[in-house]
Amino acid sequence: MQFATGSSPHLAGPQSVTRVMALVLLALVPGTLAMLWYFGWGLLINLAIAVITAVVAEAAILLLRGRPVAATLIDLSAVVTAWLLALALPPLLPWWQTVLGTTFAIVIAKQLFGGIGFNPFNPAMAGYVLLLVSFPVTMTRWLPPEVLSGNLPSLADSLHMIFSGTPPAGQTWDVISGATPLDQMRTELSQNRMISEIHKSPLWGDFGGRGWEWVGNWFLLGGLFMIWRRVISWRIPASMLGALLLVAGLFWAIDPETHPFPAFHLFSGGAILGAFFIATDPVSASTTPRGQLIYGALIGVLVFIIRTWGGYPDAVAFSVLLLNMAAPTIDYYTQPRIFGQRKSNDA
Amino acid sequence: MITAILTIAGLATLFGLILGYSAIRFRVEGDPIADQIDALLPQTQCGQCGFAGCRPYAEAMATGEAEINRCPPGGEATMIALAELLGRDPVALEDEAAAEKPKSVAYIVEDECIGCTLCIQACPVDAIMGAAKQMHTVITDECTGCELCLPPCPVECIHMQPLGATPQTWKWPYPADTVTEAGHG
Amino acid sequence: MADARKDWSFHGGVHLDDHKAESTGQPVRRLPIPDRLTLPLHQHIGLSAEPVVRVGDLVKKGQLVAQASDYVSASIHAPTSGRVVGIGPQAVPHPSGLYDACIVIESDGKDAWTDLPEPMTDYATLPTADLRERIRWAGIVGLGGAAFPTAVKVNTSGQRPIDTLVINAAECEPYITCDDMLMREQAADVVEGIGILRHLVGARQCLIGIEDNKPEAAEALRQALSTKADTGTEVVVIPTLYPSGGEKQLIRLLTGREVPSHGLPAAVGVLCQNVATAVAVADAVLRGRPLIERVITVTGRGVRQPGNFRVAIGSAADFVIAQSGGYSDAVRQLILGGPMMGFAMQHDQVPVTKATNCLLAAAQDEVPAHPAERPCIRCGECVKVCPAQLLPQQIFWHARAHDFDKAQDYHLFDCIECGCCAYVCPAHIPLVHYYRFAKTEIWAQEREREKSDLARRRHEARVARIERLEQERKARLRQKKEALEQKSGESAADPKKAAIEAAMRRVAAKKAAQPPEPETPGGE
Ligand code: SF4
Ligand code: SF4
Repeated sequence: MQFATGSSPHLAGPQSVTRVMALVLLALVPGTLAMLWYFGWGLLINLAIAVITAVVAEAAILLLRGRPVAATLIDLSAVVTAWLLALALPPLLPWWQTVLGTTFAIVIAKQLFGGIGFNPFNPAMAGYVLLLVSFPVTMTRWLPPEVLSGNLPSLADSLHMIFSGTPPAGQTWDVISGATPLDQMRTELSQNRMISEIHKSPLWGDFGGRGWEWVGNWFLLGGLFMIWRRVISWRIPASMLGALLLVAGLFWAIDPETHPFPAFHLFSGGAILGAFFIATDPVSASTTPRGQLIYGALIGVLVFIIRTWGGYPDAVAFSVLLLNMAAPTIDYYTQPRIFGQRKSNDA
Repeated sequence: MITAILTIAGLATLFGLILGYSAIRFRVEGDPIADQIDALLPQTQCGQCGFAGCRPYAEAMATGEAEINRCPPGGEATMIALAELLGRDPVALEDEAAAEKPKSVAYIVEDECIGCTLCIQACPVDAIMGAAKQMHTVITDECTGCELCLPPCPVECIHMQPLGATPQTWKWPYPADTVTEAGHG
Repeated sequence: MADARKDWSFHGGVHLDDHKAESTGQPVRRLPIPDRLTLPLHQHIGLSAEPVVRVGDLVKKGQLVAQASDYVSASIHAPTSGRVVGIGPQAVPHPSGLYDACIVIESDGKDAWTDLPEPMTDYATLPTADLRERIRWAGIVGLGGAAFPTAVKVNTSGQRPIDTLVINAAECEPYITCDDMLMREQAADVVEGIGILRHLVGARQCLIGIEDNKPEAAEALRQALSTKADTGTEVVVIPTLYPSGGEKQLIRLLTGREVPSHGLPAAVGVLCQNVATAVAVADAVLRGRPLIERVITVTGRGVRQPGNFRVAIGSAADFVIAQSGGYSDAVRQLILGGPMMGFAMQHDQVPVTKATNCLLAAAQDEVPAHPAERPCIRCGECVKVCPAQLLPQQIFWHARAHDFDKAQDYHLFDCIECGCCAYVCPAHIPLVHYYRFAKTEIWAQEREREKSDLARRRHEARVARIERLEQERKARLRQKKEALEQKSGESAADPKKAAIEAAMRRVAAKKAAQPPEPETPGGE
């Protein structure tokens, strides 16, 4: 009688990459719904474009590389990448730019490095940065959240704007679009206005930019859900947000008139989304416990630095990509103590 | 301007002195590169490289006289290790067929041995035991499988026996190549 | 103290369905002795045993048939009376599926004992060396699966004194219940064995670590201990968490001490022994019996009647399975040991050895075919569960790339192959397989290196010797020449004659030097 062989363990747990990715998508739902609520149809259209592009691009390149297509697509990692990228894009971005960014993320940043597990950079952020440096005008043309403008473009208008790249008849981009809170803050600070003055604008809510703060809160909820389900560890989000708060708090304490209050940094841009969903992308992040703390903290500090002294609207993407590069080195120098390595601890 | 030139000149002199001193102080004796090369060679002493043993071949490689692809028993792995050590480009093995031979040891058919001692003289590592007019035998653990004892034997009673794996020397195969299903294997 | 102890834990581990109930329904049943018994000479850690019988010899039950060939080796005894019908390669229980040297005994059906040594009931008054010698004679090895010779393990002279004896009764692998049943049925023997082991190493206390899914066994031990009025031995119930039965993990759980990496438990004053080993020690010392049988679990949905059986070592697996009702149709894999660390056999014509604690005939739904391997997403799940606190994904990364030096940088050899990492890996990477691949490759490289070092030394010695002989020959020649010249100078005889003479001498000398010491080939 012949039996099947193979190395132990002969048991396998219930985990799978698909499950992990599905949980990430689930955790993204509340924040995504909040964004839809505040920014309207454009986001949904972007999301659809990005996801379809990602799946098609991934399937195509897998075919070219002669890899199993269905088995890889089912891990949902392409969908997660597309989803995260879509959340970071301005809601009315011309469709072809979304397609370009997603394709770049999947084909260049992910598959050309060997596919899932081998990409040194977070693909979504690589795609985002490519678009940001290539199309600075459209990439900074955000919508004001619904609470400010009172009305969002209709579905038809959104479709028109996204697919034609022009504003609806009789309107201009200036009327429709608005700066993000981070942009607003930067512009006004560069005009030497005081924080107390700036803060009077209706743009600001309880914690940060109005509307944005709630989006942040919903993403926070999803992030906590992932920590609870042990999809991510608390270390990267905690250290990243903690470091950001700390540095921001420090400068704010020194001069509250030229440095915005710390909560602003947390709730006005992509900090929360970045901390829980982007910096924690396991493939490109640090994996040792101490390494994760360092990695997260450095991202937090970089976010503050780039936001305060840099020239780009948000800093999460750049900070994450920079630390992605450092992650292998961080890991190497933060190897945990193994069992029995130090002197035994019996007295 | 003058200070800058002076500083640079001063620094250059200083570093020159340090370098010169350390070259004398930390001089390494002998020819370490040949030793390092020798350590990578399998020490079969078979002479298939065209030299009279591993050490002479190592010395020839150290001086750049010999290519790194002439050691069939070492095979691809040794060639690559040599390429890495010497900073040369890997080259195809000179004798691919010889490199793929399984590891073997010599075995003397004792009934046929006439005790001529010729093989004893040929063995580079003294792995054959016996005296004149007496049957000889190979110390399997010490035989390198160089085959140098085969040609001298007047009665051709020496054979090479491939060394099969035992449970103690067996190696787990690379994972991707395994996992058989019931029935196939 | 007991409370303080409960706080200890080890890093990681996984919760598994224990599947113990399947095989604990019936008491341990003794199986008949098969017609043929196959005794591998290498069924322990160390060197193979050396046969002391020849083909055709008649042997009695309990007679020594192969002797420990080294300090770290173990003797083997005939499990029944009969005739030696073969000594040579046979299929052995090893993942390679290769053959290895075995002694094959054909039973004569009489099962007649040989003369056994005297029991040593007064062991407490005997020198420990005598007790160790008895254990060594009996061929006892660790019966938990590792099969390290017990006589070596209990020789703690020259080490840090042992204050704690840890008895491993955790049996943390799913499905296996042979220790559980042994404790339920032979608790008194366990306690006796513990007494001997404690005496041997001079341990002040003994802690029996047992997982909380075996309450009957724990209770039986407590009972046996109370009747013995044994002080200093304590049953410690630990939570069920795989791999709590790993030696270093159990020691940590019970004492809080951490055995150093690459170190032995003795380094922290602990000796760890399996319960079944303790019983075997009691058998050897108190009853003069060698290790010729053991209790094994036969279980899984692939067999019709799971249970525990007392079998003669050397019985073939197919015989044991047939005796326990045979295979069911669902069988897919035959695993020697548990599902987490056991070895899958290609076929069932392999003997039960001292190290075999379980035959798991598993069905498809119990051990499903391994899902296809996907790339590592560096999720860190493996890091969370690794009881050795390693970074499994990094070791994997380097083992996969054949970068064995780097794999060792990440402490490959501290991996206990427990399989927790591969169990939780969402990418279904056979991580342990990669580690085994890397370990055996590294060992092979080490053997090669040793071999080439030996060859280099022998070659250099030979070259030096040939050179020396050449020098000596030249020196002799010179001397003779000088002597000749002197003579010829004195007598001024015919120079032509002298030249011929010299030439002849040279030839003779050369001839004498021709076979360079053939009788001492390695003699440098
Ligand atoms: S559990 Fe598997 S996928 Fe996750 S880091 Fe470890 S090896 Fe990689
Ligand atoms: S098999 Fe090795 S690496 Fe994996 S969890 Fe166990 S000890 Fe850690």
